[in-house]
Amino acid sequence: MAEGGEIDPMHQFQVEPLVGAWDPAGGSIVFTNSSMWMLIALAAIWLFMWGGMKRELVPGRWQLAVEGLTGFINNMVSTSIGPKGKKYIPFVFTIFMFILFANMLGLVPIGIVGGHPFTVTSHFVITGTMAIMSFSIVLIVGFWKHKLKFFSLFIPHGTPAPMVPLIFLIELISFMVRPFSLALRLFIAMTAGHILLKVFGAFIVQGINAGAEYGLLVSLPSFLLIVFISALELLVCAIQAYVFALLTTLYINDAENLH
Amino acid sequence: MELEAAKMIGAGLAAIGVGAAATGVGNVFGSFLEGALRNPAAADAEQGRLFIGFAAAELLGLIAFTVAILILFVF
Repeated sequence: MAEGGEIDPMHQFQVEPLVGAWDPAGGSIVFTNSSMWMLIALAAIWLFMWGGMKRELVPGRWQLAVEGLTGFINNMVSTSIGPKGKKYIPFVFTIFMFILFANMLGLVPIGIVGGHPFTVTSHFVITGTMAIMSFSIVLIVGFWKHKLKFFSLFIPHGTPAPMVPLIFLIELISFMVRPFSLALRLFIAMTAGHILLKVFGAFIVQGINAGAEYGLLVSLPSFLLIVFISALELLVCAIQAYVFALLTTLYINDAENLH
Repeated sequence: MELEAAKMIGAGLAAIGVGAAATGVGNVFGSFLEGALRNPAAADAEQGRLFIGFAAAELLGLIAFTVAILILFVF
């Protein structure tokens, strides 16, 4: 935290053990704050879905919210993959909901009562695992359905023969980079947003501590800015979850339909 | 030049890329709006492509940001 005049924006991303012995070199298993916030995200999703799955004939507000989200993902998957995409809807929906809730829970202002929200998706391990999951689905489905013809994905239609090796290489590299870009985008977007919020939050505290004129000059603009940045961060949370789900769908579409 | 000063200058230079990405993202949404206002009927169907373009442009800015953070905190 910003005590003693030093801004430490990276402290919020620290994984701390809650239960169990912490031994990084020995690789022991402990229950960390990251695990706890993942469980909280799970509980929030479960509660949200449970409240809206009552299948009433005339949907209330809650059911409308749940149906809006499921319909949104359903629509997205079926427009990009087609009727064959129906079996991927549960996976895409799971990924979308988990990222959305984990992102949003990282912004919950429980800091004012002494809590410490932890953004699960601000760690490359988590986003990387999710990216590997969707990438391996692409690989498995692609090779299962098309066998070695899957490699024709790397050569667009109508490529002149002399260009084939070069295009193949370029397309192969761009294919292999996909999981990294998928994971990196989410991880950096969340990390950057939280660093920004923390830095401006520290500006407010330090400005007030430095005296009335500094408080007026520094803290007040910082406070106005942090309000707008928080709104922007909420938007970014939703957009990043959407982009992750959308790109996963498009990659699965490549494997399913092969151009 | 001292190493610490060189690091700060390097991180600052890396942050220029974030501004360039901001231009890119603005271009994506601006062009989309320009096209969408001319033919609003076709706009909704292109929203997926809008976000793909946005994601691609944004990623490069985020990579520039990563480089700045790496220079500041890792090396």
